[in-house]
Amino acid sequence: MQVRVTNVSKNYAGMAALADVSLTVGSGELVALLGPSGSGKTTLLRTIAGLETPDSGVVYFNDRDASESRIQDRGVGFVFQHYALFKHMRVMDNIAFGLRARKKNRPKEADVKLKVMELLDLVQLSGLEKRFPSQLSGGQRQRVALARALAIEPSVLLLDEPFGALDARVRKDLRRWLREIHDRTGHTTLFVTHDQEEALELADRVVVMNKGQIEQSATPDEIYDTPATPFVFSFIGESSVIPVVVGNGRATLDERVIDLEVGVLADGPAKLFLRPEDVAMVTDGGPGIPGLVVSTRRIGGMRRVTMECGLARHRIEFDAPAEIDIHNSQRLQVRITGGRVYGDGEEGYATEKLASSDTADFKWARAEGWIDR
Amino acid sequence: MTEAEKSVMATRRRQKQAVGEGPLTRAALIAVALAFLGIMLIAPLLVVFAEAFSRGAGVFFDALVAPHTMSALQLTLLVAAIAVPANLVFGIAAAWAITKFDFKGKAFLLTLIDLPFAVSPVVSGLIFVLLFGANSALGPWLDEMNIKILFAVPGIVIATIFITFPFIARELIPLMEQQGSSEEEAAVSLGAGGWRTFFLVTLPNVKWGLLYGVLLCNARAMGEFGAVSVVSGHIRGQTNTLPLHIEILYHDNKAAAAFAVASLLAMLALVTLAVKTVLEARFAGSLAAQRRH
Amino acid sequence: MTPKAISKPPRANWRRRSVLPGFGLSLGYTIAYLSLVVLIPLAGLGISSASLGWNEFWAIAFDPRVAAALQLSFGAALLAAIVNTVFGVLIAWVLVRYRFPGRRWLDAAVDLPFALPTAVAGIALATLYAPNGVFGATLESVFGLKIGFSAIGVVFALIFVGLPFVVRTVQPVLEEIDRETEEVSATLGAGRWRTVTRVIMPGLLPAILTGFALSFARGVGEYGSVIFIANNLPFQSEIAPLLIVIKLDEHNYAGATAIATIMLVIAFVMLFVINLLQAWSRKWFGHD
Repeated sequence: MQVRVTNVSKNYAGMAALADVSLTVGSGELVALLGPSGSGKTTLLRTIAGLETPDSGVVYFNDRDASESRIQDRGVGFVFQHYALFKHMRVMDNIAFGLRARKKNRPKEADVKLKVMELLDLVQLSGLEKRFPSQLSGGQRQRVALARALAIEPSVLLLDEPFGALDARVRKDLRRWLREIHDRTGHTTLFVTHDQEEALELADRVVVMNKGQIEQSATPDEIYDTPATPFVFSFIGESSVIPVVVGNGRATLDERVIDLEVGVLADGPAKLFLRPEDVAMVTDGGPGIPGLVVSTRRIGGMRRVTMECGLARHRIEFDAPAEIDIHNSQRLQVRITGGRVYGDGEEGYATEKLASSDTADFKWARAEGWIDR
Repeated sequence: MTEAEKSVMATRRRQKQAVGEGPLTRAALIAVALAFLGIMLIAPLLVVFAEAFSRGAGVFFDALVAPHTMSALQLTLLVAAIAVPANLVFGIAAAWAITKFDFKGKAFLLTLIDLPFAVSPVVSGLIFVLLFGANSALGPWLDEMNIKILFAVPGIVIATIFITFPFIARELIPLMEQQGSSEEEAAVSLGAGGWRTFFLVTLPNVKWGLLYGVLLCNARAMGEFGAVSVVSGHIRGQTNTLPLHIEILYHDNKAAAAFAVASLLAMLALVTLAVKTVLEARFAGSLAAQRRH
Repeated sequence: MTPKAISKPPRANWRRRSVLPGFGLSLGYTIAYLSLVVLIPLAGLGISSASLGWNEFWAIAFDPRVAAALQLSFGAALLAAIVNTVFGVLIAWVLVRYRFPGRRWLDAAVDLPFALPTAVAGIALATLYAPNGVFGATLESVFGLKIGFSAIGVVFALIFVGLPFVVRTVQPVLEEIDRETEEVSATLGAGRWRTVTRVIMPGLLPAILTGFALSFARGVGEYGSVIFIANNLPFQSEIAPLLIVIKLDEHNYAGATAIATIMLVIAFVMLFVINLLQAWSRKWFGHD
């Protein structure tokens, strides 16, 4: 089932929760709606489910206007963050609820039981069918909620922060497991999350939302490698932001402390976005951006260094090998090897990916060992 | 959550039309609720005031200033002035013991505190008749010492204390339970003693709930009929409280006078409810969520 | 620290230690006051009742007039509690779920029977439902129903005093019910009626039963509001608490004690049932 959202807007008390949002989700696709709280991602999910009525715009299921059918007949499987299990029903009655509620071709009770057992097997909860929700762990409850949604053979599966209420380890297990279930059942699936790692790892496509609008809708690779807007760049992964000025095809800071070739960008103020891996320490005495180390902290096998540069003391973060001893107040030089410059034009953001230059110095420093000057 | 987000959530809750009853069902249910409350609760209240003034304002005020009314009013105030503080001290002690400490038999203690709710007012009165009456074990001794409890003011006070016993404790316990002990533990760790902790930390947190408990207790203390009726002896000018006085006036076919006196107590009830409504609107979080009276 | 300080005398292990002071004082005062005001007087009733002896006790309990009074008290209380359960749940629903002008006042009005003295309610109801009263006259001319000065009047008075118990027990639980369970139910294909009866009501059931039991228990013992509206004829509209008062006026302490004991035992059973309901509710649904 293809889901098509066209020009949907929704206001709450004068605030736009969704502003002219359009999105197409292909049949069998697994899509993540990613954004900070208040970005409209849950409202979009609820609108697709029919739990919210849009102020304007239409949601199509295949080519049919979904608002023509009652919510009961839409066939959406909705899974809530806090599971919303029926507390007074046993696990099996929870899962069977949708089958028993059918008006037309309601299955026989024996078939209902069969189906429930099948689903319990799918969500790996066989043997727990007689339990009450209060006797289950958080992860188990979430699986029951999913089985209950799958029981009605939904045309679309919608999950609102499905792992939000679980602790980190359970969350990782369930994530992998949800992917497996999706691959096996092939339901068109949308899930809401504010966790970028979850979105990038799990989804075929990630839709990044901010302030009621879609910032970018693309594969996880594209989202990470070519973020369409400054928001996407800073929301995904870690980043340093430095205001620069573009003129004559170059982006500069403070009398060319930073001086980069940016090609087609229009003249005017712009912002330079850097990920830690876009910055390398200069070790061969060659040209670089001078700065002062303000803090270091250990992250896994690397050392994350925060350095200040320029008159306004802009901060840049980068990684250096852990074996190099870098201390606070140390002066050093760095070279920019990647990153993006966003010019704030009238047409929205123009963006330029900086060419990744040779990182030989960096490799050298690692191989030979760093000698403190 | 910011204020803006909260208001969005609130509107979201209100606007959520996709799941719920249709407008017709909604209107019908509201109409039934209004009709039932109007007929069963509001109409009797209105009748009190209508009847009180049915013979004109003159009769109304005459009834209020009549000597027997004044003495009944005095006695009622006296009884409440003793019963409410007594139960206030108890309520605070019980709430402190039950909510700040864990001990065996807590649930049982809670049930015992609820006991007077389960006892019929008449039976409550009877208990004290059996305890202090002429046929009781204490009776002859009391007689000898010339102490009058039954059919006198002390009996009325004791019966009222029994009836209103759980009110304040019942209001405080859920509230203090909900607030936990961390603030008190912080105060103690900062060097405050028990009394200081109670007056500076606990009391400010529960003051509105406590006030409401006191009001309810007071309303019941002034309005108690069954238990007081059994122990009072109905001696006009001496052991008649306002509710008993109403009964006497009513049976003497002085309905307007009875309703005039009743309107006094109805006003008390209205004030109690008005204060409660205001407190709930302004300090929603500081009143107990669950009520049992 | 010296070894002496470590080997402090072991504390009583029936309570967990707390850093807060005042446990002994507050619990001691609570138990002393409770004993003095409630337990000892109640025990007195028990002793009086026990001194009656079985034969005398049963003779009084099975006296036709006593039996009729008990039957009326329990029957009317049952009927009133049923009415209150139906309308109380409806009112709680309306108060929690709908927003309309005057809702706050309506909410406040529910507590009226708690705050209004029973004698005041009694004479007001008696006046309303008297044959020449506003409601009494209407009901009698339209339906031929006589409410004032009859057994039906007893039921009406008990509806008045018992209504808030149901509303106030159901209301907080209804407020806590997760709207998401209703939404899930709808997405799973259940119509509104099915959602209300299969999803919402079972969760409310313990609260509804508790409210019913509280309303019933209050009704059985009610005295003040009933005696004015009923004409208190033996075998017709004489309630058990009134019979206690009558026996007392006749200085028949044994009779009064026996009736009181029966009422008290049943009241305690009700209290026990209510506590069981709450425990059951906590266990299965995680709320009270």
